[in-house]
Amino acid sequence: MKKTLLIPVLLSAIVFIALYSFKNISNNHLRSNGPIADADNAGLKLPEGFGALKVAELGAKARHLVVTPQGDIYVKLARSKEEKGIIVLHENSDGKAQVTGGFGNYGGTGIYMKDGYLYASSNQEVFRYKLDAQNKVIDPNKPEKIITGLKAGRQHETKSLVLDNNGNVYVNIGVNSNSCQEQDRGLRSPGIEGCPLLDSMAGIWQFKAKELNQSYGQGVRFATGLRNVVGLDWNQQNNQLFVMQHGRDNLNSSWPELYNEKESAEVPAECLYALKLGDNAGWPFMYYDQIQHKKIVAPEYGGNKKKEADSKFIDPTVAFPGHMAPNGLLFYTGSMFPDKYRNGAFIAFHGSWNRAPEPQKGYFVVFQPFKDGKPSGDWEVFADNFAGTPEKAAAGRADHRPCGLAQGSDGSLYVTDDVKGTIYRIVYNKK
Amino acid sequence: MKQVLAIFLILTTIGSIKLNAQTKGKVKKTVKTEVVSALVLANGQKVYNQYCLSCHMADGGGVQNMNPPLIKTTYVLGDKTRLIKIALNGLAEEIEIDGEVYTNVMPSHGFLKDQEIADVLTFVRNSFGNKASAIKVSEVKAARAEKK
Repeated sequence: MKKTLLIPVLLSAIVFIALYSFKNISNNHLRSNGPIADADNAGLKLPEGFGALKVAELGAKARHLVVTPQGDIYVKLARSKEEKGIIVLHENSDGKAQVTGGFGNYGGTGIYMKDGYLYASSNQEVFRYKLDAQNKVIDPNKPEKIITGLKAGRQHETKSLVLDNNGNVYVNIGVNSNSCQEQDRGLRSPGIEGCPLLDSMAGIWQFKAKELNQSYGQGVRFATGLRNVVGLDWNQQNNQLFVMQHGRDNLNSSWPELYNEKESAEVPAECLYALKLGDNAGWPFMYYDQIQHKKIVAPEYGGNKKKEADSKFIDPTVAFPGHMAPNGLLFYTGSMFPDKYRNGAFIAFHGSWNRAPEPQKGYFVVFQPFKDGKPSGDWEVFADNFAGTPEKAAAGRADHRPCGLAQGSDGSLYVTDDVKGTIYRIVYNKK
Repeated sequence: MKQVLAIFLILTTIGSIKLNAQTKGKVKKTVKTEVVSALVLANGQKVYNQYCLSCHMADGGGVQNMNPPLIKTTYVLGDKTRLIKIALNGLAEEIEIDGEVYTNVMPSHGFLKDQEIADVLTFVRNSFGNKASAIKVSEVKAARAEKK
């Protein structure tokens, strides 16, 4: 009797010891090699030599994010989950992360870390949180409100943000309109003369990083004529602000006599702009046609699909196909990826809707090479298949939609998804 | 066209069998199974493809955060007058369906004829898994006559 009991006990002890030592071995292995890509690369299609892992899945609308050198991740949620609008995670040595906390009961998109502070936005305000030497938020309940009272409509309401190296914050104020029509998105509805919305929306505003309670009166309208910007970044090489505009919709549904469904699906371009103080990108008076390579007068303002717009409006740095919704922009400064990626731009395209009935596009991360601060060569799809299958992408029923981008201190590229809240980490494996 | 009619007839037959099975044993008021004409559905689909599909999509599923789905929602299956008025006047308020918020602006479609509004709404109420009574031209006329 005793013997029969002893055998299973001994057996399980052996199994336990075996498993335990194996686990130690694999842990050591991971520790010495850093993050390990998932066997299926987290479902992503990547160039040769790259791998990806799912860092975490939050089950919330994960927008932009910040990754600290200490392995903490701050994720801004579009809507608070359990009264937390910023989720904090900590990474294990294998790259997987657990939620360790959260704070900031407001939804929003923008989050950025600079010079000992974490900056985050609601759809009307910008807050900053002082960080300790380990880049942890010292008092999550007492942020400084640095910007307040920004206009937010029911569309293009998010406030993305970035800082320069001179103590300025740049905030996007998207406009709650498609093309400043008398009836928004209406059939043959003309544009409102002069578009008065431009005085407080449809641009990038500049504020001071360390002053409290600033609003329009204290800010500077840095650039105007930008319908909505979600992805933006400070290019350290050029020391300049770059933004990705969400181009206008509804060319066919508002102007069926001028644009057929196919033209309306391809045009206008989603534009990357390099901005200087005082620049005007031309919304709502024009759009950029990436097929004709021309700035074209908007049909709401007398355009006929061919008439060229005033040359005072700036040209895009790069023009991408229409409606793909660029939600993240990141200039890569790391050294993990091969040389060609250095100083180039990654762009997360959230994926289209306004291409219907044509197949939808996007749901991928694109790479645009740069040389000496200028685009050099054609863009390429870098990380694909966030949608799950090509059919899901074409139908606009994507499993995941890329949104925010961040660079880890080791040079990994992080991507958020705001459908399931997946956080991806893309690494380069080849030595 | 014949195919559409055939499919529709099969669907309505299945529908009524299910209905019979469900009401058997319970004394409930008899539910009339209206037969919506294939012509109305075909016209409705034509209007849908031209004016609705670009936002609500071919599958009626709408767009995340922006354009609401038309699948089995109370907006579509509930109060007919409310539905007709959304089509006529557009919708400029945030709506919540199953915990998801949709914020895009829907422009007025009052430029459509009463017949077109009736047909497209009947199509929507009988597509994408929906099954509800037809919208009549007289109902559209009445809603249009009412104050917005």
